[in-house]
Amino acid sequence: MLEQLPVLSLLIWLPLLSGILVLLSPGDKMLVWSQRFGVVVSLAVLALSVWLLAAFDTTTAEFQFVERGDWIPSLNIGYELGVDGIALPLVVLTGLINLLVLFGSTHSVKFRQTQFVAAVLLLTGAMNGVFLAQDSILFYVFWEAMLIPMFLMIGIWGGPNRIYATIKFFLYTFFGSIFMLVALIYMGRETGDFSIQAMQDMPLSGTEQSWIFWAFLLAFAVKIPMVPVHTWLPDAHVEAPTGGSVILAAIMLKMGGYGFLRFSLPIAPDAAGAYANLIIVLSLIAIVYIGFVALAQKDMKKLIAYSSIAHMGFVTLGTFIILKLINMDAQSMAVQGAMVQMVSHGLVSGALFFCIGVLYDRLHTRNISDYGGVVNSMPVFATLLMLFIFANAGLPGTSGFVGEFFVIISSFQADWRIALFAGLTLVLGAAYSLWFYKRVIFGKAANDKIERLDDINIRERSVLIILALLVIALGVYPQFLINIMQPSIEQLIQLTNSSKLGG
Amino acid sequence: MTHNLIHLLPEIFLLTAACIILLIDVFSKDLDRNLTYRLSQLALLATAVICMVQFPDVQYHLYDRHFILDPMAGIIKISVILLAMLALLFARPYILPRRILRGEYYLLHLFAVLGMMVMVSGGSLLTLYLGLELLSLSLYALVAMQRHAYQSAEAAVKYFVMGAIASGFLLYGMSLVYGVTQAIHLTDIAAYIADNEASLTLRFGLVFIVVAIAFKFGAVPFQMWVPDVYDGAPTSTTAFLSSAPKVAAFGLAVRIFGYGFIGTLIDWQGLLIILACLSMLVGNIVALAQDNIKRLLAYSAIAHIGYFLLGLLTGTAEGFAASFFYILAYAIMSLGGFGCLIYLGKGIEDVKNIEQLKGLGRKNPWGGLLISVLFLSMAGLPPFVGFWAKLEVFLAVLNSGFVWLAIFAAIMSIIGLFYYLKVVKVIFFDDPEKEQKIVAARGLRLGLGLTSLSVVALGLFPAKLLELCEQAFQYL
Repeated sequence: MLEQLPVLSLLIWLPLLSGILVLLSPGDKMLVWSQRFGVVVSLAVLALSVWLLAAFDTTTAEFQFVERGDWIPSLNIGYELGVDGIALPLVVLTGLINLLVLFGSTHSVKFRQTQFVAAVLLLTGAMNGVFLAQDSILFYVFWEAMLIPMFLMIGIWGGPNRIYATIKFFLYTFFGSIFMLVALIYMGRETGDFSIQAMQDMPLSGTEQSWIFWAFLLAFAVKIPMVPVHTWLPDAHVEAPTGGSVILAAIMLKMGGYGFLRFSLPIAPDAAGAYANLIIVLSLIAIVYIGFVALAQKDMKKLIAYSSIAHMGFVTLGTFIILKLINMDAQSMAVQGAMVQMVSHGLVSGALFFCIGVLYDRLHTRNISDYGGVVNSMPVFATLLMLFIFANAGLPGTSGFVGEFFVIISSFQADWRIALFAGLTLVLGAAYSLWFYKRVIFGKAANDKIERLDDINIRERSVLIILALLVIALGVYPQFLINIMQPSIEQLIQLTNSSKLGG
Repeated sequence: MTHNLIHLLPEIFLLTAACIILLIDVFSKDLDRNLTYRLSQLALLATAVICMVQFPDVQYHLYDRHFILDPMAGIIKISVILLAMLALLFARPYILPRRILRGEYYLLHLFAVLGMMVMVSGGSLLTLYLGLELLSLSLYALVAMQRHAYQSAEAAVKYFVMGAIASGFLLYGMSLVYGVTQAIHLTDIAAYIADNEASLTLRFGLVFIVVAIAFKFGAVPFQMWVPDVYDGAPTSTTAFLSSAPKVAAFGLAVRIFGYGFIGTLIDWQGLLIILACLSMLVGNIVALAQDNIKRLLAYSAIAHIGYFLLGLLTGTAEGFAASFFYILAYAIMSLGGFGCLIYLGKGIEDVKNIEQLKGLGRKNPWGGLLISVLFLSMAGLPPFVGFWAKLEVFLAVLNSGFVWLAIFAAIMSIIGLFYYLKVVKVIFFDDPEKEQKIVAARGLRLGLGLTSLSVVALGLFPAKLLELCEQAFQYL
């Protein structure tokens, strides 16, 4: 039955239209209903994306469930949707995380809750749109449109310094993306067609590729974020409400990685090769230097934010190390590592921000020094948090291990020094994660408020348990995910390896 | 020689209607002039309908080639009339509680529209000048309508003096051009330029014409009047001033540059590039420092003229289409923006400071949402119409090979985003200072709903309008 439906369009427009509907509903009088409605809609979105997962053909790199329609015929801009092995895991992740946010974190928002529900729904639709769009302008529209609900979310429900943080977030992201728009228009004009496919096929000279590569780099490096344009992230994370932080860390950062894989590598492979060293060095700086920075943080959210930047360093490293490799197996392993790292980080960082939200809801402070001995009053919470902390440190058996391991192994084949620096994360990640855990959870109860803490309730428990199960499942059997991605990754590597010069 | 006057029907109808309404208004005893208002709207509507019925598929050069009737003129006339109707819708609730002459206000709108219609159909320098002057005189009076407010009077004098100087420049330039080419018809001028080397005198004349047009648009360095006039004029006049006349002035610019002087593209292109870059730079940067929302919108208007010129300066049909889309989108957004200010004013007190919008998103979620949509659209964010306008002009300049201009415009739009966000921030993130209920007239709400709806609808489905814009310039 579902085969006849335009599933991809539903994934985008169902949450978008529901979001608008919630926005139009008569305010907080309908609060409970709008929350339930939001959960139901996002459940439907998740169900659709899981169905997509089941019906997905893992033997081909072709785009599946393709929908094509005219949008602006005079400019050859089409309404084109499709999903491949690279986009699919991220779509499912989006569905899952947004459901958990709507289910688990709307109660920690204390005012204008209906609008919060609407913002999450609008974000869901726009983010799905980013992953599913096969037309570059359609992609760009979703990419930018997504900023507006996030901007409002941080600005309305955020912490004390929220306005600075949210404007910084918006300006940084917009700064990057506007150059991407110029690059997209430039290429669309050259080919006469704005579809991403056409841009991947078009020949480009060396100079053109460098310009385009830099335009994309600005957009995606800000989004993922890479050193030195990462500074918006700690601010945004610290000020965002729990739900906002979760979405930001779990999905929005992945868009940068997705952009590198979908645009930078296949469209400008020669320029990517030329600048690979730069990106690899920046990734290593992110992994090592930001690892140290994370170690020094006093604020829980900042610590996790910096650890996110360090983890995203692995994504960029895995993505660009393939230009230094000749062996195709190693190349595909590196991209697999980057992709698994993205999904895993989505689950782990999402869970960690949930956990911080749990603590913040109870004590209204994010200072690590205000905590201590939480295990005494919240044993279940402490256990679950331990799992996520281990995953964050990259312990084998958790999802965090797989991606980092793949990337390190494959970078060994390029240059042992790269692997050495990347390998430092095993020490640093463990250090900042475990030390954080020790300070917050162990020891004597720091004050009597902590002694009186209630353990997590059923709602929080179910959210964290779902995430925990997925973290373990991905850690034990990553092959499931890799099978889905493999054909698309191979095709991507072929595109990346073939020069576009002269062609 | 006999002429068939049927092609002039919209203009003749509007002129007759305006004269009749003027007569009726003289004998009207109603202080609010309800009848005049309704008749004016009706006259505009009927003119629009006539324009639509008479919509030309090909280009006619009529009445000794002084008058051009083509799809471009048709589309611009219809859009100008519709914008003027919306502006009247906004004007009515604004002038009713204030000491502004009612009947005259509506009638001046009609004459301004008539001037614009003549202007965009101008086939010779004379017709163009006549239309422009009819428009300008009506606008000077509209700015001065709030006689008792000294700010309004100051704005009107400034606007009048500046406008008169600009008209002088235009006439001087035209006379130089006539001296060289012996022609006042655009087609003759184009033919002369095609056959002869452009002489220094001709270029000299062209520079004066460019300066005059830049004055009318308010492009830097001829922008000085814009903030003062926008700020000082009654808000409803500002709304009108910043929308329909800009679209019509675009028609004038295309007639002159596209039809008359396309052969010397190389001469005016450089001038327009300088104007565009300066406008984007100065408009965006000075807007950052504004606390007065009308002045902020004025500087943003200057910046938008910069983006708009990007399409015009390419000198291609595609570029003109992009510019037309841009100016149309801008006119809708700007009309909506000033309409919102009318909507937010209470009694006879205008909204001046951005601070007055504090917490609007909480007090009045709908109003907050409408303004935010308009401002984000002005910033060029999808899914609103401003995004497509920006995309179109970027495409046009890239097509003409000015990659650096596109990049410059991109950087400027980042700066622009900041002050638009600042307003959205005040609306949504700041706490309201005191409770106040906004009571707005039905017409105003209808007008605001229409503008915001079209900003969103055109943002989602821009295809039809883009096509229309492209068709308008097929007879270049």
